[in-house]
Amino acid sequence: MSYNAFITRETIESDAEGPLADKTVAVKDNISTEGVRTTCGSAMLEEYVPPYDATVVERLLDAGATIPGKTNMDEFGMGTTTETSAFGPTDNPAAEGRVPGGSSGGSAAAVAAGEADLALGTDTGGSVRCPAAFTGTVGIKPTYGLVSRYGLIAYANSLEQIGPIAPSVEEAAELLEVIAGPDERDATTREAPWASEERAGDAREQREASGDSYADAADGDVEGLEIGIPTELLDGADEEVVETFWDAIDELEARGASYHEVSMESLEHAVEAYYVIAMSEASSNLARFDGVRYGPTPDYEGNWNEEFAAVREEGFGEEVKRRILLGTYALSAGYHDKYYKQAQDARAWVKQDFDSALEEADVLASPTMPVPPMERGESLDDPLTMYLADANTTPVNLANLPAISVPAGETSDGLPVGLQLIGPAFGETEIIRAGSALA
Amino acid sequence: MSDSAVDSDEVRHVADLARVDLAEEELERFAEQFGEILDAFETLDEVPEIERESDLVNVMRPDEVRDSLDQEQALQNAPEDEEGFFKGPKVS
Repeated sequence: MSYNAFITRETIESDAEGPLADKTVAVKDNISTEGVRTTCGSAMLEEYVPPYDATVVERLLDAGATIPGKTNMDEFGMGTTTETSAFGPTDNPAAEGRVPGGSSGGSAAAVAAGEADLALGTDTGGSVRCPAAFTGTVGIKPTYGLVSRYGLIAYANSLEQIGPIAPSVEEAAELLEVIAGPDERDATTREAPWASEERAGDAREQREASGDSYADAADGDVEGLEIGIPTELLDGADEEVVETFWDAIDELEARGASYHEVSMESLEHAVEAYYVIAMSEASSNLARFDGVRYGPTPDYEGNWNEEFAAVREEGFGEEVKRRILLGTYALSAGYHDKYYKQAQDARAWVKQDFDSALEEADVLASPTMPVPPMERGESLDDPLTMYLADANTTPVNLANLPAISVPAGETSDGLPVGLQLIGPAFGETEIIRAGSALA
Repeated sequence: MSDSAVDSDEVRHVADLARVDLAEEELERFAEQFGEILDAFETLDEVPEIERESDLVNVMRPDEVRDSLDQEQALQNAPEDEEGFFKGPKVS
């Protein structure tokens, strides 16, 4: 059966020898591939063929990977279910009839169904971790600045990172190893802090020399690990999800970890702050789609404003229009201070809260999603409910931190539940080590 | 009725600013949904003013000539072009 995981099935081969030489890595369709169309799940880019590769695609090919195609996604990454794609919804191989999560639902479904060994997704507010949780796979959202965004078609650039999805923590770590590291074409990338000052540019070499690659960290050793559990991220979550979460914590405890609960008041405002910021950035980023440099062929009568508005009505789906309009509203005269400035205050508050909590804990843990995978079609008519489902994942993007989602178990109906582990900035090894005790 | 009631004229105004045409039923649906969503955003009023310390630094590099897309590549996705230029709609 087809899960509609791919928008375009076109194989990109590599002759290179490297750590991914015998692997297929599916690539989300908002990451540019030279000569292979890249749609962002949108009718606006149905025929767009990038003239260059994203940095992460270059790194995949240099590592010997074969790319089997471009995966389905919520349009421009805007959704939690992979149902807003202009190319139809993706089904969930781990729970048929349910959504695979989003927005990288095609990437997660491809891995869960065995249609690709590994995949790349992008995570702006949970778009790698949510589909990993919903399909029983592993997903990593790296620290902001660890992975180059060059060639990623932007939705909300202060929040998003490209990250790996894989069947196990170790395989996700191997893929992260390949894509991580500074890139002169993305000025927000930086050396991970373990690199010595004198040897700028050799962050990975340094870490490999010390025998501590990301994959090496997947040793399952959680003896002495201190886990903080923010109570706000359990409030209001589905009962069975919470039970499954505690079972996974018990498992970690049995293997030598200990935990304590912590209150982080700022998290009660995080999802709202996230949406104000993401929508505001989206309204600016998506202004470029006007039918001149790419997009549907315009054949309307009228001046440029009229014609742009007509092309954008035709090319964008409803969720994208909703976010562009709300972002435009939040930034418009008279409302900027009320929404955007307050959201930036909330973002700074969330960061401070995480810094404090991570002084007392090695990692923080929560259910990745407060609910099990929704039935398909259930959440489309109620955008606010869909937004609020991102309550546990969005704070991590606001704070620029790394997080991993690993399978925690299943509900009594057999629906996958994910455990999220959050680490300090550039603390990927910490969350990989902790996560590998479970998957 | 939400506190942040938005009417369809306001949605139309924002849609004009964003250069997005909307069908009549989309206008009405958005007006209803925006009230509810903006109500949720209102809770940001409870956020205290935060002392923001930025640890950001500028990343500089020498300005030097390098390869970039050639004209043909840059135009390859354009619906219309003319003599090496993008062709857009009339300005007024």
